[in-house]
Amino acid sequence: MDIFLQQIINGLVQGSIYALVALGYTMVYGIMGLINFAHGEVVMIGTLVTISVAGFLIKAGMPVMFAGLAGLTVSVLVCMALGWGLERVAYRPLRNAPRLTPLITAIGMSIVLQNVAMIIWGRNYLTFPALLPSVAFEFAGAHFTAVQVIIVLVSALTMLALLFLIYRTRLGMAMRATSQNPAVASLMGVNINRVIAAAFIIGSALGALAGVMVGTYYEIAHYQMGFMLGLKAFTAAVLGGIGNLAGAMLGGILLGLIEALGAGYIGDLTGGFLGSHYQDIFAFLVLIVVLMFKPSGLFGEKTGDRA
Amino acid sequence: MLEVTGLRVAYGGIQAVRSITFHVNQGEMVALIGANGAGKTSTLKAIARVLDAAGGDVHFCGEKITRVPPHAMISKGLALVPEGRGVFPRLSVAENLAMGAFVRHDKAVINDDLERIYGYFPRLKEREKQLAGTLSGGEQQMLAIGRALMGRPKMLLLDEPSMGLAPLMVNKIFEVIRAVAATGMTVLLIEQNARLALQSSQRGYVMESGEITLTGASASLLDDPKVRAAYLGE
Repeated sequence: MDIFLQQIINGLVQGSIYALVALGYTMVYGIMGLINFAHGEVVMIGTLVTISVAGFLIKAGMPVMFAGLAGLTVSVLVCMALGWGLERVAYRPLRNAPRLTPLITAIGMSIVLQNVAMIIWGRNYLTFPALLPSVAFEFAGAHFTAVQVIIVLVSALTMLALLFLIYRTRLGMAMRATSQNPAVASLMGVNINRVIAAAFIIGSALGALAGVMVGTYYEIAHYQMGFMLGLKAFTAAVLGGIGNLAGAMLGGILLGLIEALGAGYIGDLTGGFLGSHYQDIFAFLVLIVVLMFKPSGLFGEKTGDRA
Repeated sequence: MLEVTGLRVAYGGIQAVRSITFHVNQGEMVALIGANGAGKTSTLKAIARVLDAAGGDVHFCGEKITRVPPHAMISKGLALVPEGRGVFPRLSVAENLAMGAFVRHDKAVINDDLERIYGYFPRLKEREKQLAGTLSGGEQQMLAIGRALMGRPKMLLLDEPSMGLAPLMVNKIFEVIRAVAATGMTVLLIEQNARLALQSSQRGYVMESGEITLTGASASLLDDPKVRAAYLGE
């Protein structure tokens, strides 16, 4: 039982991070039908920028908490600019190209960003500065840390803020209208280019936040870290129904739980043949199963398009 | 109010509209009739800037609008009710109407307009909270017209408002179109239902394979033997 609760907690933490990243995939997909495979790299840049900025400020003698906040702010801004730039440079010229073209471009941008990061930050693993005090709690035999609590809380608040933006503001209404019918949205006076740019910018800001969380949680970062994280978050988005915000949130949390529980029990289930380092297989098992049996995902859009 | 001169629209190498010239005066309702594929919708889309024209000029209120981006058209006072209605299926009826007023900031007047539109279409008021995708075709057409009116346009472009609707619903929709026109709204109406279009409008143009072949007062077009044979099924 202890291990069950422990893995639920671990899964929630990991799932919150997946959810934040998955939102970036799903927002862009919902509006322009593009899977932005470079999104994982945006997250990675977010982590590495925080390491540089916070590391520099800590060395300069700034209190750790403030250095962390400054690092987070800079990394969110850098990633927003990066997301905007990606759309402007790589995807906008391909707006009317066949769908495969921007997809391949996205994979290309992902490779470009990885290599740029390798040039800037090197090939080695970098240590993420400990930004939060390491306080641990115990509950019913399960252990969790302040970092884990903060990750779950901050992502929950961020997701609420995003829902407010999408469902209660003028920009959000324009985004929803654009995702349903871009041509008609522009007849209403919506500048489609701005809405698409907004989707990239907001998604990248969420990605940067997730990047800082990953760094704080694992205390380590690397120029290739965005690849696997991106694939898993994409899986989470597909699981929830890509294009659907609530789906990305739920998909992220579910995928985190499935992975954590899978990793916790895989040893017992296979009689010790497979260890917890095989946890990555669960994400992709989920992806395969969803694509086989319910390609539209849990919240896949299926209603309301009667002409 | 609207001056179209030598307008051409092409898809790849195929000419859908071959240099047509026509105009709509302030306060007038003009019908553009013709068979399927005659180029009516392409003409309207080019005017509303959904499509790029291959040539020719469009002036609206004296201003050349041939290069204006599509999202700037509604602020200039030109609203298109697109073919197939184009409601946002997963927005509520109220949100669809709010989208119609997207570029406006005069909140109090927007609310008056909303009440006026609910007055035209009480059914929309009843279904205010419902998702537009769950409405019937006729209700969606009401919504599309109401949404266009929410932009307070100077001129309304209507693309086949009767398409796919039951006769009773068609009558209801045209009642409102005539009521809106009676308030002084300038209307350019495209219809396959030529009789209805000519009965509702003051002037008409007949379009055939991308060209305007006939024009005149709607009443005289209704009596024209060629129109009667080709479009009124007599």
